[in-house]
Amino acid sequence: MPWRLLRFALSSKHPEPRMFTRHDTLKPTYDVVIIGAGGHGLAAAYYLARDHGITNICVLEKGYLGGGNTGRNTTIIRSNYLTPEGVKFYDESVRLWQDLSQDFDLNLFYSNRGHFTLAHTDAAMRTSRWRAEVNKHYGIESEVVGPEFVKKTAPMIDLACGGAPILGGLYHAPGAVARHDTVAWGYGRGADLRGVEIHQRTEVTGIDVVGGKVVGVQTSKGRIATTKVLCAVAGSTPRILKMIDVRSPLYIHPLQAMVSEPIKPWLDTILVSGSLHIYISQSSRGELVMGASLDPYEVQSTRSTLDFPEGLAAHMLDMFPFLSNVKVMRQWAGMADMTPDFAPIMGKTPVEGFYLDAGWGTWGFKATPVCGKTMSWTVANDRNHELITGFTLDRFRDYALTGEKGAASVGH
Amino acid sequence: MKIMTCPVNGPRAITEFAYGGEIRPMPNPNTASDDQWADYIFNRNGAPGMKREWWCHTPSNTWFVAERDTERDLIMRTYLYMGEA
Repeated sequence: MPWRLLRFALSSKHPEPRMFTRHDTLKPTYDVVIIGAGGHGLAAAYYLARDHGITNICVLEKGYLGGGNTGRNTTIIRSNYLTPEGVKFYDESVRLWQDLSQDFDLNLFYSNRGHFTLAHTDAAMRTSRWRAEVNKHYGIESEVVGPEFVKKTAPMIDLACGGAPILGGLYHAPGAVARHDTVAWGYGRGADLRGVEIHQRTEVTGIDVVGGKVVGVQTSKGRIATTKVLCAVAGSTPRILKMIDVRSPLYIHPLQAMVSEPIKPWLDTILVSGSLHIYISQSSRGELVMGASLDPYEVQSTRSTLDFPEGLAAHMLDMFPFLSNVKVMRQWAGMADMTPDFAPIMGKTPVEGFYLDAGWGTWGFKATPVCGKTMSWTVANDRNHELITGFTLDRFRDYALTGEKGAASVGH
Repeated sequence: MKIMTCPVNGPRAITEFAYGGEIRPMPNPNTASDDQWADYIFNRNGAPGMKREWWCHTPSNTWFVAERDTERDLIMRTYLYMGEA
């Protein structure tokens, strides 16, 4: 037994510094209040404190840190999107990811795997070519590949796929996975060390708006006076928007995922099939991390269903028949805040001092660092950052949608 | 498997049904302003609660109204649409 462990037995107090400072009471005022201690909210707090010198910040979280979609996604990071706005935005994010472990002094297990979007139809091949061209134009590694290359990279695959043979796909070499909880912890700790207060189990019950401007936030632990509120609460966004009477196109469908029991490493790459509605990668622990498409109707809770593992497993066996004896270990769901054009909603809103980071549906994890960067800049300067001007809430009123649907990882 | 009751065919598995979204009154396209029209086509009530929605029993192509609690995922009532009362 390491001797340092003895200290924990002999000391009545916890002898090591805690990862997060615990705050029992709220201060009466803060410069910025961030709703939601997920990856996006904490990243914004971190960059506000580190790059913009604003440290009098409070992060409010109804549940626990990183317990929403940050801890519920399938951890895939990629930038092979379809629209120029999307490609530039996600590419910046992938760059930020690569040295985040250094930044935090915390191992994110960032693992570069390569990412395939498999095509089973001519239409899907055509979309792959289109995406590859847009990606290459912006200097992103993205290639259309044939079935032989897929087979070589993932030898266990059955290319016939139960009657929908794989014709090829889009290969994105920088595709990666990372340990998602650590991302929230890293940003949270970095913010905490710089003086940001994180209040878990503190629910927002109202937002005070006077003359079109934010003046305060009502919480389950009392009122806070503030002039700037950043809302980064994914599936709960419509509840918050209702408090300030702002309408949005967001609709909430659950997105479910599951992992298998751990097995020997056999799959190095990340595979996505739009036609079979599945995506799969193998974690560093050996579990297969699997997801499918959205639940088919609106529900604002994180309940799971039996239909989901049944349907997903059936499609998984089409692609990898040898998995028939592998057991599912656990399943869960997250609330995906979807938009009509599959692009996020970011930036300023009709209420002055209320900033929105939402509409991240099924694609928010990979954007965590760049959302933190751009939203912190937007909050600090009260002006939309240039990378997010294509994602504002106004675009719906102006009929100027961004059209990212072709790059959704699975058909929705 | 979740069961939904089709007003014509009775209780069936939820996989037999297609969701058609919340019932929303359409403004008159001839008189609505651009803003009103954009609000109608894009904006949704994404907050949880009791909602009246369009559903279709796909094998029989029966469109009907379902009242659902979208926070607890409960189907409260289903009935055929008889026009707005």
